[in-house]
Amino acid sequence: MTLPDDWEMVVGLEVHTELLTKSKLFCGCQNHFGSEPNTNICPVCLGLPGSLPVLNREAVDFAMRIGMALHSTIAPSTFHRKNYFYPDQSKDYQISQYDLPINSGGYLDLPDGSRVSIERAHMEEDTGKSTHLGGSGRLAGADSSLVDYNRCGVPLVEIVSGPDIRSSAQARTYAAELRGILIATGASDGRLEEGSMRFDANVSVRRSGQPFGTRCEIKNLNSLRSLQRAIEYEALRQVELLEGGGVVRQETRHWDENLGETSTLRVKEDADDYRYFRDPDLVDLAPDQAWQDRVRAALSPMPAQRRGEVVALLREPSDAQLDAVEVVIDLGLEKYVHAVADASGDAGLAVARVANELAADVDHVANLSTESFVATVLMEQRGELSATQAKTVLGEVLASGGDPHAIAASKGFEQLSADTLGSTVASLIDAHPDEWQRYREGDEKLAQFFIGQVMKLTRGQANGKAVIAELQARR
Amino acid sequence: MKSATQIAADVRSGASSAAAELERTLSVIAERNEELNVFLHVDIDGARAAAADVDARIANGDNVGPLAGVPIAIKDNLCQVGIPTTCSSKILEGWRPPYNATVIERIVAAGAVPVGKTNLDEFAMGSSTENSAFGPSRNPLDPTRVPGGSSGGSAAAVASNMTSLSLGSDTGGSIRQPAALCGLVGVKPTYGLVSRYGLIAFASSLDQIGPFSKTVADSALLLEVLAGHDPKDSTSLPEASPSLVAHVNDGVAGQRIGLVRELFDGADESVVTAVRAAAAALREAGAKIVDLSIPELELTLSAYYLIAPAEASSNLARYDGVRYGLRVKADDVTAMMEATRTAGFGAEVKRRIMLGTYALSAGYYDAYYGQALKVRTLTINAFARAYEQVDLLLGATTPSVAFKFGAKTADPMAMYLNDVFTIPTNLAGDPALSVPFTTGEEGLPIGVQLLGPGRSEARLFAAARVLEIADGRP
Amino acid sequence: MSDAISRDEVAKVARLARLILSDTELDIYTEQLGLILEHARDMNSLDLADVIPTAHPFGVTNVVREDVVTPSLDRDTVLAMAPDAQDHRFAVPRILGEAP
Repeated sequence: MTLPDDWEMVVGLEVHTELLTKSKLFCGCQNHFGSEPNTNICPVCLGLPGSLPVLNREAVDFAMRIGMALHSTIAPSTFHRKNYFYPDQSKDYQISQYDLPINSGGYLDLPDGSRVSIERAHMEEDTGKSTHLGGSGRLAGADSSLVDYNRCGVPLVEIVSGPDIRSSAQARTYAAELRGILIATGASDGRLEEGSMRFDANVSVRRSGQPFGTRCEIKNLNSLRSLQRAIEYEALRQVELLEGGGVVRQETRHWDENLGETSTLRVKEDADDYRYFRDPDLVDLAPDQAWQDRVRAALSPMPAQRRGEVVALLREPSDAQLDAVEVVIDLGLEKYVHAVADASGDAGLAVARVANELAADVDHVANLSTESFVATVLMEQRGELSATQAKTVLGEVLASGGDPHAIAASKGFEQLSADTLGSTVASLIDAHPDEWQRYREGDEKLAQFFIGQVMKLTRGQANGKAVIAELQARR
Repeated sequence: MKSATQIAADVRSGASSAAAELERTLSVIAERNEELNVFLHVDIDGARAAAADVDARIANGDNVGPLAGVPIAIKDNLCQVGIPTTCSSKILEGWRPPYNATVIERIVAAGAVPVGKTNLDEFAMGSSTENSAFGPSRNPLDPTRVPGGSSGGSAAAVASNMTSLSLGSDTGGSIRQPAALCGLVGVKPTYGLVSRYGLIAFASSLDQIGPFSKTVADSALLLEVLAGHDPKDSTSLPEASPSLVAHVNDGVAGQRIGLVRELFDGADESVVTAVRAAAAALREAGAKIVDLSIPELELTLSAYYLIAPAEASSNLARYDGVRYGLRVKADDVTAMMEATRTAGFGAEVKRRIMLGTYALSAGYYDAYYGQALKVRTLTINAFARAYEQVDLLLGATTPSVAFKFGAKTADPMAMYLNDVFTIPTNLAGDPALSVPFTTGEEGLPIGVQLLGPGRSEARLFAAARVLEIADGRP
Repeated sequence: MSDAISRDEVAKVARLARLILSDTELDIYTEQLGLILEHARDMNSLDLADVIPTAHPFGVTNVVREDVVTPSLDRDTVLAMAPDAQDHRFAVPRILGEAP
């Protein structure tokens, strides 16, 4: 799906991420997903009369890390109250940063070279969670609702991009890259399925060269796929509306994943008067240079840099290899690739093994030392293990640890001797004279045919590269 | 009536016991509470247990702290575990906090015995206790008159000899004004000196907890216990409690004291006379009196009546019928919240919530709330300039002696004007106290007000002590 | 009668504050709020353009606590305060609209 010619979408994203603090933003209650309802609540987060908030230092550190990773300016900031009545909000106001956020400005460079500006990344508190009874379990049509305040007061950082995004795919890439950054800062676990990151998309469309159109906000998208689909749908909806002579109404819209469409959630009203004012229970926040330096020193490299460092190890990487690098970076497993490269091994092979075998059993990578990984890759590279055997060895080490050499030996993965390989290839050439002739005449595809046949005869013990070398020697 | 200082000394020495002091308090309460409507709740069992605990610790040879066995009355906007805490509002009727205010923890740790919760203007909004949902308290000195407010119950508790000490809160004069009207010492400390944790907020940037007592020394004693950093309050000063009792008799020799025209202009004749007499007494004791004018103070009433309601409109949003307190049933949650708040809040609270909501709303913020914050800056700067010239300031606490019930209820503005002399120091965050000095119409007490820069409590107590002696209470 | 605030504005403010006013109350509050706001206009007699607003008299900055978990309240105690509770949660009648 693409927009008709001469239409362009204009998208800005607001990304909320919960911070991986132990306790909540303004009280000592546990910040934990999945606890029994209303067990992580105290006078402060429950908004009991007389209670007062005290800011969590770790949340400030995380917020600054995010700002630093996004090239923001860290500035003196304040906390405001956003006043509105809603049952999931225990004080009937939300403490949030308003005109003076901790991080302002900045940018995020995407892997394709495009740059999305960041307007701000500010701290605020999360709300509780409602369960709706009756109807279909959704808010609309419910008879009553039940509120759990465990999430109320959990620290959030909201990252607001500029209206720089021009396609749904770019929006998805931005969100994915931002997720990688948030994980790299240690601020977030990036678990979309648990709601620890949530996306709101502001979407408008315009004819090329025209001013921005009226925007709609799609709320609470919780997967990259929904984000991309919802934006695509919404932009097309607006174009069709406008081409049909209609007007876009400024409103908040809901994305229905099953129906694959957005629908009106609420129209912006005059009543949306939040009466922001400085929260008199909290003081100004102005991290000095020493505090900022301490946070910056603890900041790990960001995905873009780490990706660049891995790609630099590859000679003329293919698209498939770049995708594999993405997986490596996403999982934060590039140390295995670097270890292989440091041992003068084949980084490309290392990337493939990490992106496939390690990624498939990522919960057990702690069982696999970089030394064991390097040893396995080098054995494969030298032809001592076939690809299949190398995968088996890695699987074994991941599952239960152990020494890869010992495992290879115990499995009987002995090197196929050059003689055996030579005689096997010779017998196959005899058995398939037509194929051999075509291979000799330059049909490289047939190399795969011979490799497959060798593998069959040797029950996977042969090394593909060694087979090709043997074939070429006889060509 | 023994002072708190005397009670604590007697209890520690064995000349008296916490139990005996409490029983005396309970008997006065039994005698007069019905008439005066001072206590909304008397925690007889809890107080007896606390007194027995103090006595047991003394028998055990423990050091029981500076308030050993002193019964104390608590304004009903301070949270105490398991004790009904209402803010004199129907919306909180029956609510029992699951946690203690920091000041409760501190007085109990110092050996005091909390006896119950005192009446106030609903959510501390008022100057007479006539805004209490549970009826007004009466002035023990003349039960046809108000005790002042909002901490009227706490003032009446001490004035009627039920207790020697009580806790109040002061947002725009809510300790000093009732202290003046009931003939007591009442102190509004430096903002941040006393933790607000557990004080049910009216206007967070103005609220401070402080003591009532009959003597200056008793207030100093109690404030020393209350003060000091509390990590649960972000606006708590990062320092230990100051030494106050030790300085009560420091006198005022060599002090420069500014007599501020705007802090008594327009007051009743008897009040102006009292203020001038106080100035003379301080001069007699060795202070240099300087006549001052701080014209900026004339704008503080307007600024206060925008800032305090603005903060209150947000602080009182949480009373929505969802988590605690009153709920009036309705079909949907918005209607439930509206019905609950409409039934639960009294007229003055509604008036201030609406005023504050309006002052913060889109299109009016700059003209009202924003403008008021600028006046606040001017007020702070004006006080700072004055304190470059003088050490303390002197003025009236209230424009008149205690007034009759109903005298000002018809006109909110008339009631607000009662706070005109006490409000400025709340805006500045500086300390001030009221100390009785002479009497006015019908022998009713007059309070004069002493104001100082931040953290000048010791000096304020010393000056108040000079007036106490000059007024014949050595 | 002051013109500082209109009857409609008072009605709107009451809605924002979740208060219901009768017609009589609306009249009374319009007048009373008008008088108070009228009085507040004396602040406009000053040129305050260059004055920096002060929201708070407290000069200390960077007040933070360490990220340490402290005990939460007992759930039964908390839910016992609730006007209505069900399944360990606070129960409310139906919610008509999404949160803003």
